Formats: sequence, structure tokens, C-alpha cells
Amino acid sequence: MSTFDWVIQLIYVLAASCFVFGLHLMNTPATARRGNQVSTAGMITAVGATLAIVVHGNLISTTGWIVMIAGAMVGSAAGLYSARTVQMTAMPQLVSMFNAVGGGAAALVGVHDYMNAGAGVSATTSVTTLLDVIIGAVTFSGSLIAAGKLQGVITSAPVTFPGARIVNLLLAAVAVGLGAYVIASPSVWLLLIIIVAALAFGISMVMPIGGADMPVVISLLNAFTGTAVAMAGFVIGNWALIIAGALVGASGGILTKLMADAMNRSIRNIIVGGFGTGDAVAAVAGPGGNVQSIAADDAAIQLAYASKVIVVPGYGLAAAQAQHEVAALADELESHGVEVSYAIHPVAGRMPGHMNVLLAEANVPYPQLKEMDEINPEFARADVALVIGANDVTNPAARRAGTAISGMPILDVDQAKSIIVIKRSMGHGYAGIDNELYVDPKTSMYFADAKKALTELTAAVKTLVG
Amino acid sequence: MSYPALLVDVTIFVLALWVGFEVISKVPATLHTPLMSAANSIHGIVLAGAILIAVTAHNAVGYVIAFLAAAFAAANVVGGYVVTGRMLKMFRRKPALPTASAAPAAISGATEPSPNGKGPGA
Repeated sequence: MSTFDWVIQLIYVLAASCFVFGLHLMNTPATARRGNQVSTAGMITAVGATLAIVVHGNLISTTGWIVMIAGAMVGSAAGLYSARTVQMTAMPQLVSMFNAVGGGAAALVGVHDYMNAGAGVSATTSVTTLLDVIIGAVTFSGSLIAAGKLQGVITSAPVTFPGARIVNLLLAAVAVGLGAYVIASPSVWLLLIIIVAALAFGISMVMPIGGADMPVVISLLNAFTGTAVAMAGFVIGNWALIIAGALVGASGGILTKLMADAMNRSIRNIIVGGFGTGDAVAAVAGPGGNVQSIAADDAAIQLAYASKVIVVPGYGLAAAQAQHEVAALADELESHGVEVSYAIHPVAGRMPGHMNVLLAEANVPYPQLKEMDEINPEFARADVALVIGANDVTNPAARRAGTAISGMPILDVDQAKSIIVIKRSMGHGYAGIDNELYVDPKTSMYFADAKKALTELTAAVKTLVG
Repeated sequence: MSYPALLVDVTIFVLALWVGFEVISKVPATLHTPLMSAANSIHGIVLAGAILIAVTAHNAVGYVIAFLAAAFAAANVVGGYVVTGRMLKMFRRKPALPTASAAPAAISGATEPSPNGKGPGA
């Protein structure tokens, strides 16, 4: 090993350390920005070292340079443009697109390496190449479908047809079976068939998934992308790729587990199928009761004279894009001396932590954004819990056995002294069951679109309390 | 003795997974979206892979693959870091406003790059 190789490897170790340290700095919002900068520095270092390899060995043809630089410039421009212009509500789509291109690039690296090696490829290289290509291709097509669903280009309702699960199994069997065969007798054509099967599997895996399950899907695809990149690292023997891929795989894995737990689903249930296809049996009827509705003025007075208000934003708030309105109401209440905090359920948005970003964008200071475990003991001390577009995650039925959401972690909204729910109708949440919170004697329902309701409430607080 | 390359690679992979689990389980839920987009930019390291395959490309198919891989990976790296930075900039301890109590939303809105107090145009 030459001195040059030594130096390059050490630089890769430095870059990998930057990635780890950058992620470490993300453990508080105060240091997270520095974390991103450290990670960026690591990336520049790693890419620089890779270019140094190429230049040092004088390995690359002029055409190669042109192709590479042109590709990188096109990609950078597209990435920069979308990163600058994306709205925070559309963040899940963008992350999904980045998952897609990451997985796609990893798969392409594997394909290219395989084609170059030709028939002389060894069995161990074949195994990692196949894993790289299969996982990368599944991630690519699956993430594109997920992004399409999130963007509304593809229906967000679960798309299924009779025998869908069998088709899925067949595709998986083709990919894995041919993969095993290809290890024994390498063939580029068979690899192409495997890629097609993997792409089709990615599509058929994500199509049956409903919009509410997107936080799990995105996390899972994120983990896939990381794994694919690590496999690409195995293929070309590059440790930087292996380490970075493993870090991302771990991150995606943790988030998948957290999201699955928060939605009361097992990861096995998610991967094997029946993803968001209502395999929950029809609801045990909740206790009947009267629903009280409330007008804007009464709700405003209740809020303005409270000493502690906890806002519970849910998916409905994000869907109505009412995050700025809720922040305006909170500001108004705070100017009257009301203590306002936000209770954020892990699956409140369309991806992990999405609601926090939406509220941060609306200028809500992050110390007010409380995680479930942190805020739950505080509900008992709250005068008003203001629930906006959140449903299943507030349903006390989750504490009892025998309901579709039994065991799901919920926000203890029913512990508050009074509860105001802003909701368009009495419609069911994702689990398809009645929310017992709505018939609680302490609860008043304010039936309106979130954006309109919050604007009215803010105006009412201003005029009534001044 | 020297170990086969694959064994070394697997060792590195597994240890990096554990490091990842340790570090990432300490990230608070508030930052999970920026975490995921930061993870996105980190897997953009596949750009290094794209550069290395451009070296061995020697026919049209190879060049097309190298071009696509470079474009995908570069989008990943650049977009990922920029959007993560943009998001993290929004997380602040206190809204940037003077002591005055009047119209805090409007005042803090003045220091924000994005319009405040109004919903996005959608």
C-alpha cells in the first residue's frame, strides 16, 4: 500500500468521523446547525479524496470527466433548486425523492461494476452486487411512488387488486431466485431481469399503502437507501460508503421502529403486507353520548382566561396548512399571559418530526414543542387542551383492550380540565373508530376548517379580551 | 494474518450500524425531519461511488450509467445539505422579537425569509 493510499484512507476515516459527529450534534436543536455544517465538511472531504484518487492515478478519460462533471452539475442544480424552493409542507415528498435518487445511484454503481467485471465476477462480489442492485431498485421505484402519493399525483388511497399479495411474493421470488442463480452463473441479462422485478416490487409494495402510513414508509425507504449505499460500498470496496450507508440505515431503522410503535403496528406486519389496508377489525362501539358544540366567541373566552393551554396539532392541521394561523393564535394568547405549549405526537405529520418543522417555520420557538412523554403529565394541569385536526392519537379508547387502537401510545388530552376540538365533522380518523374524547362531558366541538376556525378564534380573542 | 476484504468490510459495516444506533437514538423527536434529510445528504456519499465508476466507463452504456449516477448522487448531496440547513435555521429558542408585546407575529415575521402570518399560497 502506497503512502498515497494511506493518506486517502485516513481522509476517509476523517470524513466518516465528521458524519458521526455531525449526527451527534443533532441531539439538541441548539447545536444541530453546526452538526449539519460538520457533516457537510465531511462530505466535501470525502468527495475531494475520491477526486484525488482519480487524478492521482490519471485514471479517467476526457469523456469520463465530461460525463461525470456534466452529471454532477445537472444533479447539483436540480438538488439546489428543489431544496431552496420546496415548501415545508412538501418536505416528505422531497425526502422521498432524495431517497429515490440515492437508491438509484447506489443501484447504478452496482450495475456498472457488474457489467465491467463480466463473467469473471466472484461469488462474494456477486452477493453484495445483487443486494445493492435489488435494494437500490426497490428503493428507487418505491420512493418515486411514495413521492407521487404525497404530492397527490398518485391517489393516496391504498391501491389494491385481488391477488396483489401473490404478485408481490412472485416478484420477490423472481428477484431472489434469479439472484441466487446469477451468483452461480453470472449474466448481465439476468441481472437486468432482476432489476425489472425489483423495480416492479418497489411499485407494488408502496401502491397499497394509504396516506396515513407514509411516516413509516418514508422511514423504511430511508433505511433501504442507506443499506443500498453501504452495499455499493462493499461492491467497490470503499469504506466511506459502507460507514455512511450504515449510519443512514441505522437512522432509518430507528425512525421506522418509532413510527411503527406510534401507529400501533409491528414492523413485521408492515413489511409482510397488509400495509394500511384496514386489517383492523371493525370497531367496538364506544359509549354513546352527547356531542356539545361551541361557538368561536365562547371558545375564545375559554382560551383567553386560561392560565395554561396545550395545543394538540394533528395531521388535519398540516393538511389545512394552518400552522401559521395556530402560531398567530398562540402569540395572541401569550400576549394575554396564557402559557401555551404544543403536544406533538410522533405521527402528527406526514413524516417523522414533520409537525415540528411546520411549527418552527411558523416561528414557534422549539422549547414550546413538547414530545409525547414530556407533555402527557402536564395535561392534568392544563385549563384547556385545544385539539386541531388530531383524532386517533387523542382517543382514550386506546387505553382499553379490544379496540382497533388498543395499546397505541396516545396524548392524554382527556386529562385536561376542558377540551376544545376543532374538526370539520364527526368523521372517523384513520383507525375508523369513534373517538370517545368527543363525547366526554369536558369536550366542546368547534366544527370548522382548521384555518378558518383559528383565524376566527384569534379575531375573537382580540375583540373580546382586547 | 491478513483478513479477506469482505470480512473487514462486514466488520466496519456492523460497527458503523451500532455507532449509528447509539448516536441517532439520542436525537429528539423535534429534529426527526431534519435528521432524515441529513441522513439523505450523508447517503449522497454514493457520489464517491459515481466518480469511481466514471473511471471505468468505456462505452456508451457505461457513460450513460455514470452520468445518471453522478446526477442522482449530486442532487442527493447538494439538495440534502441545503434543505437540512434551511430547516434547522427555522428552529429557534425565542422568536426574534423586541420586548414590545404588540403584534409579535408581525415583528418576528420581518426577520423571517418566508412570509409569516399567512398560509403558503396553496
